[in-house]
Amino acid sequence: MTEMENIAIADQVDHSSHPNTFLTKYVWSQDHKVIAIQYSITAIAVGLIALVLSGIMRLQLGFPNEFSFIDPSSYLQFVTMHGMIMVIYLLTALLLGGFGNYLIPLMIGARDMVFPYLNMLSYWTYLLSVLVLISSFFVSGGPTGAGWTLYPPQAILSGTPGADAGILLMLISLAIFIVAFTMGGLNYVSTILQARAKGMTLMRMPLTIWGIFVATILGLLAFPALLVSAIMMIFDKVVGTSFFMPAILSLGETLDHSGGSPILFQHLFWFFGHPEVYIVALPAFGMVSDVIAVHARKNIFGYRMMVWAIVAIGGLSFVVWAHHMYVSGMNPYFGFFFATTTLIIAIPTALKVYNWLLTLWRGNIHLTVPMLFAIGFIFTFTHGGLTGLMLGNVVIDLPLSDTFFVVAHFHMVMGVSPVMVLFAAIYHWFPLLTGRFLNNTLGKFHFWGTFLGTYAIYLPMHYLGFLGVPRRYFAMGETDFIPESAQTLNAGITVSAIIVGLVQLVFIANLIWSSFKGKKSGRNPWQATSLEWQTAQFPPGHGNWGKHVPQVHRWAYDFSVPQVIDDFIPQNVSPAEVEYLSSEQNNSREEK
Amino acid sequence: MPNNQQQEQSQASGSSPWQSVKNDWGADKQAFDMPWGKLMMWIFLLSDTFIFSIFLISYMNVRMSVTVPWPNPSEVFALTIAGHHIPLVLIAIMTFILITSSGTMAMAVNYAYQGNKKKAVYLMVTTALLGASFIGMQAFEWTKLIVEEGIRPWENPMGANQFGAAFFMITGFHGLHVSAGVIYLGMIAKRISQGKYDNKGYQIVEITGLYWHFVDLVWVFIFAFFYLW
Repeated sequence: MTEMENIAIADQVDHSSHPNTFLTKYVWSQDHKVIAIQYSITAIAVGLIALVLSGIMRLQLGFPNEFSFIDPSSYLQFVTMHGMIMVIYLLTALLLGGFGNYLIPLMIGARDMVFPYLNMLSYWTYLLSVLVLISSFFVSGGPTGAGWTLYPPQAILSGTPGADAGILLMLISLAIFIVAFTMGGLNYVSTILQARAKGMTLMRMPLTIWGIFVATILGLLAFPALLVSAIMMIFDKVVGTSFFMPAILSLGETLDHSGGSPILFQHLFWFFGHPEVYIVALPAFGMVSDVIAVHARKNIFGYRMMVWAIVAIGGLSFVVWAHHMYVSGMNPYFGFFFATTTLIIAIPTALKVYNWLLTLWRGNIHLTVPMLFAIGFIFTFTHGGLTGLMLGNVVIDLPLSDTFFVVAHFHMVMGVSPVMVLFAAIYHWFPLLTGRFLNNTLGKFHFWGTFLGTYAIYLPMHYLGFLGVPRRYFAMGETDFIPESAQTLNAGITVSAIIVGLVQLVFIANLIWSSFKGKKSGRNPWQATSLEWQTAQFPPGHGNWGKHVPQVHRWAYDFSVPQVIDDFIPQNVSPAEVEYLSSEQNNSREEK
Repeated sequence: MPNNQQQEQSQASGSSPWQSVKNDWGADKQAFDMPWGKLMMWIFLLSDTFIFSIFLISYMNVRMSVTVPWPNPSEVFALTIAGHHIPLVLIAIMTFILITSSGTMAMAVNYAYQGNKKKAVYLMVTTALLGASFIGMQAFEWTKLIVEEGIRPWENPMGANQFGAAFFMITGFHGLHVSAGVIYLGMIAKRISQGKYDNKGYQIVEITGLYWHFVDLVWVFIFAFFYLW
């Protein structure tokens, strides 16, 4: 088979069919960059809804009985929708559908995804899943209030808010999302494996691409568990089967179900749910590595180990799921097994943290806004990771289960941390999209507000958890074991949360304002080496590379190369093209 | 190492299998010497494998957790033909047909690569017809269970309710795959006979075949775990 046979429309050198109407350019576009922006805008919009929901929850927790529009049912609904939207419809969609779509072809030197039409379908299917999800706010009974884990039997029994239509819409929306993800994910993996530029070996890919690559594979293998459990729960709800439903006595009446296994659902859910953590975390790991290397002007420390750590974390993430189920009732040996694997996964993760720190060490650190967010990520991720080590042990997990300690832990590790990286990435790659910088002053304000604000929210939550304050409770009422000061703390957390929420409005305003009025960045403003900044047209146009697809000669981390005129060498510069300093210039530089 | 210029020229053909794996994964441009569509189909099938595995594992888990006895499959799926009570006879025929269709599919791929378009199309249509007859028999089997035995997803006069639930869900999901495969085969066969792949080459037949063989392979597992256990 010759190479010519494999070249699809997207990679043909003659690119005669550029779209030229508004509809084909911006709406029914098959250009990966436009699809990425569509994904991102939708994800951010739905994420803002989830942010507002969390604000309402905090209002109730901080100032109980003050707000009449929040009742126990709607509180549970807000908790559920906040969790599900943030994890799936915001983070997964933005990291893979948004950044994955935008960066994969540009960073590996392809003209587009291998199947652009499928890629377009992926976005519109995703939009449909979002619409179905949002529609559940407007049906009778409202959205489901079963908690984002949707545990049966309560998720589909009357008494739980949204047990009629809400839960069905949620399950259907998830199934549609999985179809959308599969269409996109197949594209990402195939593109990375088969459509790289000449010279772009796997071990020369930027870590961003490695993170997205492994995360997508995780998604393709983990989402089936969610799909199957969604199908089975729909059957339990609609047809009256008993996959997950044991014999139940409800309000004095025996229900028609018997013999099902609720624990089965938990296993299936977490077989998806734990890899999902890494579906979100791995692209973030990759992107933060690249941001740190560029802004510290230093090659990433231990590139190969970073790659293998990503692969190892991805593999291990499939054998740790039941650490979410220590209190569900398992054979104690299972707890031992899952605690061990959970602690083992800390090794490659810690390796990555050390390597980020060693990349910073003696680097030429530029405290730009992306770099601030990247360094902030190292803090929040380390803190979230350390509490993860605590919760990974069965004996520590049991008393802390379902307390605010757990809430604080997973928000630090998979809420705040990926979001910090997302911000770093948005500030870093915004010039590539628009040719303009985001406003620096507003950016710094946004960083400090977010960084300090999230600490003000989540650090006290650890303490509340130690006190034994349970999560998902509408109101605490009178308790002997919780001091009154806990309520004061809760009020403080709420104030911080509102402030952090408002700070995000500054970010949105910055996004909109800078898109039109921001300072012009010029080409490759951060002096990055990876291919996406080396396009013929800037910002890159349809087909990405103009006439010639780039040829890659080196890895993505040639920063601060001695005796080279610019202190960096882009990936597509051949050894013959590198411009060296003359000896005089070199001497004068050394004297400095 | 990433700066190593030797990597660019490392196209040396490997002698050992390990060397060829190394060459594939160390190469630039592409990791596998195959068209994009074929790789994508492989990855999709890997994902689909997880779907069916989880269906089957869930079924086994539910089967173990039920308190009511599980019906004996060889009794449930027996037919009385000409006065003889033969267990599992319909399933045996269905399995035979599906495996035969894998054979005709493989022959279609072979003829396609030989450039024998006509035979390839005929064999693909044959495969699709065998698949359609499989679905027909499945419809017969479902009708018999629902109408004569009174088995429903939510109730089962012969034992555990989950028997009907798992049976209809898993064979239904597999039946959908077979139906999709029949449509897919028909579409591709039509496009081939229209000459749409004359310039691109006939890898599409092999890609379609991958899907078809996968659906057959899944059936073998369903057969083993549902009907024989």
